[in-house]
Amino acid sequence: MALSIVHRATGVALYLGTALLVWWLIAAASGPTAYAHVQAFTGSIIGRLIAFGYTWALMHHMLSGVRHLVWDIGYGFKPTEREWLTWAALIGGITLTVLLWIVAYMIGGGR
Amino acid sequence: MSVDESHGSPRQQTSVRTPLGRVRGLGSSHSGTSDFWRQRITAVAMILLMIPVIVIIMMLLGRNQAGAAQILGSPLVALLLIMFIIASVWHMKIGMQIVLEDYVINEKLKLITIMANNFFSSVVGLASIYAILKLSSGV
Repeated sequence: MALSIVHRATGVALYLGTALLVWWLIAAASGPTAYAHVQAFTGSIIGRLIAFGYTWALMHHMLSGVRHLVWDIGYGFKPTEREWLTWAALIGGITLTVLLWIVAYMIGGGR
Repeated sequence: MSVDESHGSPRQQTSVRTPLGRVRGLGSSHSGTSDFWRQRITAVAMILLMIPVIVIIMMLLGRNQAGAAQILGSPLVALLLIMFIIASVWHMKIGMQIVLEDYVINEKLKLITIMANNFFSSVVGLASIYAILKLSSGV
């Protein structure tokens, strides 16, 4: 599994996406009109796709990062352990993303 | 063997360099292992802050500006978000620098992109913290 490049790719995506998060926070501090623009974007199909992708990038990068932290402290180097950690990060990232979005829609964030 | 043996030598050959001698150049980033360590500190900080941050974002979903501003401006939320912003901006600045050092071959372009990385990360951090502080002051 060549997942380390995915760790970097999600890292770069998260980096670029901070521009949108700054836009959101500045809009919240600016006032109702600016915030309505952000909500119009996040409510659109493309906005929802970006938010979903961003959620996955964050969850995957976090779990993949935990994998690196486990290696840093000297564990998980056996072939089976490496495989297990990699699949856990991959499946865990997707699972957490879907769960978070189900919760978000259940509490009414999908409006 | 002693690392001190390298001290007096006027010339260091690559093949016989001591461990200390090898790290004297401080690597491609010219900052040694401090960035490596800070990358781990900020990573662990974000893992610890992840659940509260997710809860805060869930609380904000579907609310209008007045509702969002009220939540973002409350002291505990503001403090948690500022801590998360500092950790993430620091983390992403180091991460992007590692990526640039690895993939940008041209030395001048490398310096320009690393400088741009510093500017972008600084703007992201300062703008986010400013927005939260403004909401916290209730203006």
